[in-house]
Amino acid sequence: MPIQYYIYLCLALFSIGIIGVLTRRNAIIVFMCIELMLNAVNLLLVAFSKVHNTMALAGDKTSMAGIEAQLFVFFIMVVAAAEVSVGLAIIVMMYRNVHSVDINFLNRLKN
Amino acid sequence: MNISQFLFYFLTVLALFSAVMVVVSKNPVHSVLWLIAVFFAISGHYILLNAQFLAIVNLIVYAGAIMVLFLFVIMLMNLNASAEPQKNNWLKLAGVIAGGCFMMVLVSLVKQANELNNIAVTMGSGEIGLIKNLGKALFNDFVVPFEISSVLFLSAMVGAVVIGKKA
Repeated sequence: MPIQYYIYLCLALFSIGIIGVLTRRNAIIVFMCIELMLNAVNLLLVAFSKVHNTMALAGDKTSMAGIEAQLFVFFIMVVAAAEVSVGLAIIVMMYRNVHSVDINFLNRLKN
Repeated sequence: MNISQFLFYFLTVLALFSAVMVVVSKNPVHSVLWLIAVFFAISGHYILLNAQFLAIVNLIVYAGAIMVLFLFVIMLMNLNASAEPQKNNWLKLAGVIAGGCFMMVLVSLVKQANELNNIAVTMGSGEIGLIKNLGKALFNDFVVPFEISSVLFLSAMVGAVVIGKKA
């Protein structure tokens, strides 16, 4: 598979996530679209790590080049899990205070 | 067209269609279920790239833990009445145009990059995605970030409890 196909796929997923963030008002759906964008980036990192590894294998048969990208994806997942737990707690607290998950209510934070 | 190419196109179509359905669905529970479909498709892509550890972690952490958390929150709030206030149509159109322009600019950028021609991603081979090699790299070169991430988890747990507690 040419690398361009993976780039196009990840761009499309990322753009769908952006469109979701811009067009929806439910805070939970906005949050889910952010997860979608994170996953698009993860997929692109793994594809590039394979490209890097294939190029390095041409010179050295036992090369492990590119393994850092996969560990980076692992750490992104770790941070995403922590982020989701705190973010959902904030959404629950917001729902308790204003009885809605409409993000327009967050305008009140201005005052 | 061999089997891995066919699987690539199938998983791509599945991922894109499910992602569109996440944004379009009126009912938040349906959105969560479509997002789980996206995660399964992305895990399939990881398996095609021979990144087996990441495929399993993606399924367990994302599709298993995070999405169940989302479902719990939605059901606790009783949001499946689909009484969500909508943005007006002009704002939605503006959002779609903005996202589409973003994608168009980047796609044209990738199309013009001659450096990317003749670079192929090898599927179904390679050793770097196997758990043995990843574990060696993780516990030799990346021990400090690994331990810091455990502190991050602890603070996230404490933070979630403090925020969620009735003040």
